[in-house]
Amino acid sequence: MPCTWVMACAYAPSGCAVACGGLDNKCSVYPLSLDKNENLAAKKKSVAMHTNYLSACSFTNSDMQILTSSGDGTCALWDVESGQLLQSFHGHAADVLCLDLAPSETGNTFVSGGCDKKVNVWDMRSGQCIQSFETHESDINSVRYYPSGDAFASGSDDATCRLYDLRADREVAIYSKESIIFGVSSVDFSLSGRLLFGGYNDYTINVWDVLKGTRVSILFGHENRVSTLRVSPDGTAFCTGSWDHTLRIWA
Amino acid sequence: MPGPSNIVAMKKVVQQLRFEAGINRVKVSQAAADLQQFCLQNAQQDPLLTGMSSSNNPFRPQKVCSFL
Repeated sequence: MPCTWVMACAYAPSGCAVACGGLDNKCSVYPLSLDKNENLAAKKKSVAMHTNYLSACSFTNSDMQILTSSGDGTCALWDVESGQLLQSFHGHAADVLCLDLAPSETGNTFVSGGCDKKVNVWDMRSGQCIQSFETHESDINSVRYYPSGDAFASGSDDATCRLYDLRADREVAIYSKESIIFGVSSVDFSLSGRLLFGGYNDYTINVWDVLKGTRVSILFGHENRVSTLRVSPDGTAFCTGSWDHTLRIWA
Repeated sequence: MPGPSNIVAMKKVVQQLRFEAGINRVKVSQAAADLQQFCLQNAQQDPLLTGMSSSNNPFRPQKVCSFL
């Protein structure tokens, strides 16, 4: 990779390509190949161009479109083949740090969280912000849709995770404890949505019961901040990445 | 005196707020009940919630195979 810091990466739905980007302000797509002799760097395609760092990227339902969020305060939808900007999303007043696409096949919305403490829900086709939530007290580092698509959770530097219901249009739960003072870097739901996993800057993972609002368990193991967390697609395990240079799988 | 661009920006904000105020909202009691129902319906399919038998678990400690 030509730039010093990669901040975002995503697999294409087909598994045949990877998109990544970071401080180079771009999102580049690399086709994957099992052929060791192939020079993958030469096949790189620069798809997105922002005026500030790329904080997150995600393919939409197909390999052909990619959604990006950036430190320049905007999100954008790009056509992978032509590199053309299909739609841009303006509304955040500061860096956008994270985004997540609605789970359903027909879903046309996505949610983004930023340094302006706001989480915005967008219509991908019109570019309009359809809902907005501002209850966090600090930067929002991670947003993830609830498996049914009717709600989403967010994790923030204010040491709380919050659940927002999209149909009720409000925050419905806060997951916090007085003893937790470090920010949340990453959140994800278990398959049924009953458990919310949060990776924290105090090196731990807290597991919350989504419905009761209580902490189910705290997991230790990392020797530095947990920076990212994802539940596997089959729901049998989740993986965390950390500043201690390790990736750990928890099952 | 605020310039014209300020007024245009303010108008956009008002327009957005009016749009957001106009959306249909479901009562929280109903929304929460739906979330709860979804959780309970899918609880059985959630391995992290219900646990897995050792035979299925791909992460169980591997036993060594030996040739007899």
